[in-house]
Amino acid sequence: MSSFLSYLISGISLGSVYAIIALGYTMVYGIAKMLNFAHGDVIMVGGYIAFICFTELGVPPVICILAAMIGCLVLGVVIERIAYKPLRGASSLSVLITAIGVSYFLQNSALIIFGADSKTFTSLISIPSISLMGGDVIISGVTIASIIACIVIVAALMAFINKTKAGQAMLAVSEDTGAATLMGIDVNRTIALTFAIGSALAGIAGVLLCSAYPTLSSQTGAMPGIKAFTAAVFGGIGSIPGAMIGGMVMGIVENLSKAYISSQLSDAIVFALLIVILLVRPTGLMGKNIQEKV
Amino acid sequence: MANLLEVKNLNVFYGVIHAVKDVSFTVGEGEIVTLIGANGAGKTTTLQTITGLIKARSGEIVYNGENIISTPGYKLVGRGLAHVPEGRRVFADLSVYQNLMLGAYTRKDRSGMDEDLEKIYKRFPRLKERVNQPAGTLSGGEQQMLAMGRALMSKPKMLLMDEPSMGLSPIYVNEIFDIIRSINEDGVTVLLVEQNANKALNIAHRAYVLETGSIVLEGSAEQLMNDPKVKAAYLSE
Repeated sequence: MSSFLSYLISGISLGSVYAIIALGYTMVYGIAKMLNFAHGDVIMVGGYIAFICFTELGVPPVICILAAMIGCLVLGVVIERIAYKPLRGASSLSVLITAIGVSYFLQNSALIIFGADSKTFTSLISIPSISLMGGDVIISGVTIASIIACIVIVAALMAFINKTKAGQAMLAVSEDTGAATLMGIDVNRTIALTFAIGSALAGIAGVLLCSAYPTLSSQTGAMPGIKAFTAAVFGGIGSIPGAMIGGMVMGIVENLSKAYISSQLSDAIVFALLIVILLVRPTGLMGKNIQEKV
Repeated sequence: MANLLEVKNLNVFYGVIHAVKDVSFTVGEGEIVTLIGANGAGKTTTLQTITGLIKARSGEIVYNGENIISTPGYKLVGRGLAHVPEGRRVFADLSVYQNLMLGAYTRKDRSGMDEDLEKIYKRFPRLKERVNQPAGTLSGGEQQMLAMGRALMSKPKMLLMDEPSMGLSPIYVNEIFDIIRSINEDGVTVLLVEQNANKALNIAHRAYVLETGSIVLEGSAEQLMNDPKVKAAYLSE
């Protein structure tokens, strides 16, 4: 029982990180209608920024996290401006291929700058761990931080979208860019803002991910990126609560299958689950049914 | 009467298709002007080009004394040019209230907005009954009212309306045209695109007839209503 609880809690923690990454995918998809496959690699860049600040420059952890967020935010906005904005109106296939190109560009740039050998990331999270059930279940500080971060981020995003003008503009752009323009909304600025938010979240995810799994290489963001993308599709791409639920389910299923079925098969099980869900509900758990409008 | 809108030699292409050919017309301050014509005549394209949703190939669009042909579309609402698009295009997942507030996106005068909101509720009581309902659940006529209310929330000097009667039941059609007339009486200049030429000519001051991208006839609404060619082609009800 206590070991099940441990696996479950670490699954929720991993799921929280997936959820934070998935939010970036889902918001960008919802608003710019594109799959930003470079999103996972922005996480890796966030990891390196935090690593350099903390391990090499000795900056306090909070500043390191802020630096990772701001660095990723700037990177995300620059990527959007240079690589995606010129393709507004182009076929979605061109945009997708560009995104894959940006992904390889970031990975290989990291390879040149930081070298091929992976770095050992020192956790930035200094929250003490909690032991439950007389020490049978230990919840680490990173786990606590990940779960809290995820809840706070989702709550803040929901409030931002529902209560602010910029948030309402995002909803309008996601439904109909033409009608949004007629309301006086600058669609390009709204898309840039979406990239800024999603990428800053990727910076946080980078810190949490590397704190929990302390090897950092140019490939660090690739697999979590794909899994978080899966989580976003699973939850219903475009939906914020969907990204959170999708991320949680992914993390929990991955961890429990590692523990009880096979650690080698866990990824296969996770992706098989995605296929099953999409067969039953093609729009994902929280996805909207696409209605034909007359 | 001063011209609020002046379109001069406008040309618009879709790829190789020449959709709007050398179109020129004017809308005076306080007028209702209608563009009538069959499907595919270039009416919607003309409106969408005025509000910057489509780029023109050549020509001039002078609004309020300023050439706006290369002004980004989102900057025009703030200058008093609102557009009720074809098919209404309300934000279906958002509530009636959220839709109306998005109409006022460029405004900052909170008290003026509240005042206009009250006016819109008075003009469209059905919207008030449904403030918290998602716009997608409204009937076609109610959505048309919402699209008009949303445009009015920007406090426009001029309203462009694209096929407001499309797909509506006859009761709603009459109501919508009455409302357009009363909006105009409140001082808003109206450029109306309609397939229902009968109704449009009934409320308009002047009219232009578009055929395959060109203006073929123009005159006062009364003149066109009695023109044998217009009667035969557009008023054959």
